[in-house]
Amino acid sequence: MTATLPRVDTAPAAAVKRRRRSLGWVAVVPLLAFTAVAFGLPAWAVLDGAFTDKGTGAYTTANLTASLQGAYLTALVGSVKLSAVSAALATLLGLPLAQAVVTSRHRALREAVLTASGVLANFGGVPLAFAFVATLGNAGVLTRHLDLTDKGWDLYSFWGLVVVYLYFLIPLMVLTITPALEGLRVQWREAAQNNGATTAQYWLHVALPVLLPTLLGGFVLLFGSAFAAYATAAAIVGSSVPLITLQIADALSGNVLVGQENVALALSLDMVLVAGLVMAVYLPLQRRSARWLA
Amino acid sequence: MARLNLWRWGVFGLAGLYFLVPLAASVVFTVDVPGQGLTVDAYTQIVSTGGFGSSLLLSLELALATIAVVLLLMVPAMVALRLGAPRLRPVVEVVCSLPLVVPPIAFVAGIVTVLKWGPEHLSRTPLFQTFVAIQNPDFPVVLVLAYVVMALPFVYRALDAGLRAIDVPTLVEAARSCGASWPQALVQAVLPNLRGALLNASFLTLALVLGEFTVAQLLGFQPFAVWIVNVSGSQAQLSVAVSVMSLLVTWLLLLVLAGFGGRSRTTSRG
Repeated sequence: MTATLPRVDTAPAAAVKRRRRSLGWVAVVPLLAFTAVAFGLPAWAVLDGAFTDKGTGAYTTANLTASLQGAYLTALVGSVKLSAVSAALATLLGLPLAQAVVTSRHRALREAVLTASGVLANFGGVPLAFAFVATLGNAGVLTRHLDLTDKGWDLYSFWGLVVVYLYFLIPLMVLTITPALEGLRVQWREAAQNNGATTAQYWLHVALPVLLPTLLGGFVLLFGSAFAAYATAAAIVGSSVPLITLQIADALSGNVLVGQENVALALSLDMVLVAGLVMAVYLPLQRRSARWLA
Repeated sequence: MARLNLWRWGVFGLAGLYFLVPLAASVVFTVDVPGQGLTVDAYTQIVSTGGFGSSLLLSLELALATIAVVLLLMVPAMVALRLGAPRLRPVVEVVCSLPLVVPPIAFVAGIVTVLKWGPEHLSRTPLFQTFVAIQNPDFPVVLVLAYVVMALPFVYRALDAGLRAIDVPTLVEAARSCGASWPQALVQAVLPNLRGALLNASFLTLALVLGEFTVAQLLGFQPFAVWIVNVSGSQAQLSVAVSVMSLLVTWLLLLVLAGFGGRSRTTSRG
């Protein structure tokens, strides 16, 4: 674009460039300063506190050891199990739904489902919890009308939470997988059919291998989303299902034992490590799946 | 082909059932009270219950402040990156993605610890007054700080998508050639072209703040989401009614956003 602008000499251009560079710094510094304070300080506090003895102030790994024992370990395992099961189910259920959306010839229906998914994927927290309490809780509408309690249903349990979590995880999966499904070329299917492959064979040998990075990436994204969820679980189960987020909240508010704050920080550090691991898996997978979409 | 269609409608039917029944049941739950028959008391009670107005107002104020701060920080930075500081781009991208790695509950654990430094170490310094001021229950600035951090990844993506669609250097150069000053070029040439992205970012932030529970509850403040949980113990119908309403409002906002932003909305998350 510079070619179209007549330049008398190059000095002003260099000056403009230098000015722009300093402008870049001036504009970016407030952002960096803000995050250093508002994000950096708490992050440092977690890291420092997790390795500090509450009483003596000396550096120690006792908090981390404690965070991986007894009730805390149970909670960590409980969170991982709940997130893994919900994410796996959401992946399995989201795929056919996304496929139905992509292959549908009704444009309005597609747009409606995708818009609804965008809304539902952002719908977590307290309202979701209460919607399910009203539906499937002890006095919930479905529970009363279908006598679900007598049939062994309990919303305030592991599987109850799975059913609730699927409500925002499935739409998130649909959003994640739809672009990849749209990237599957019709020609690949035709080629497979021309070579005598059945639908099952096409899916097993062509479509699924192509989709695998996206599916795995979606799974870890869902896992991270479920792992970090606190409001929904807190509003529904209180602490009847052991979850690491609930344990941190209890320890922070001094509900259990006084002086457990630093164990709470160690637990937080555990969570950050798990979340970091999730991102470390997710980002390369996302880059890999992007190759097929081009 | 008929078999395929049957399969597709089966999938849509089951999905519709799973996603619509809880919403319908919530509405039924609030209007069909056992022993009282049909009543809309739960909805009329909402407004008169103590704390409704103040908590909702607090949430809205927090949302507006968060949107203002996050846009003021991010828009100049992102525009400047496009104009002439490409080497800073990875830095900003990483900084804006970091909050994704820290779950809200871990973040708030850190904030609680930092806030304790106030009384423990700083009580004789002027900094202590700052610590007290940002925790003022009438308007907790500390929540705004936390929400801005939590909104960074979404705002970054929304703005990045918007900026990708326009040629910022050419726009600015054209405006400057026509005699505009730097602020004029930014406000009158670049910002109007970013309208969709700015709205997108604002609505995402608004939805985040209105629904946020974890940070506010653990820091002991009472915006809307915390208030709902607090009234739920005594009045189940009421809290579900409020949830239904807050849901409708959030959905309406997000649907408006979908209308403005088109399909770009679906990529703004995830």
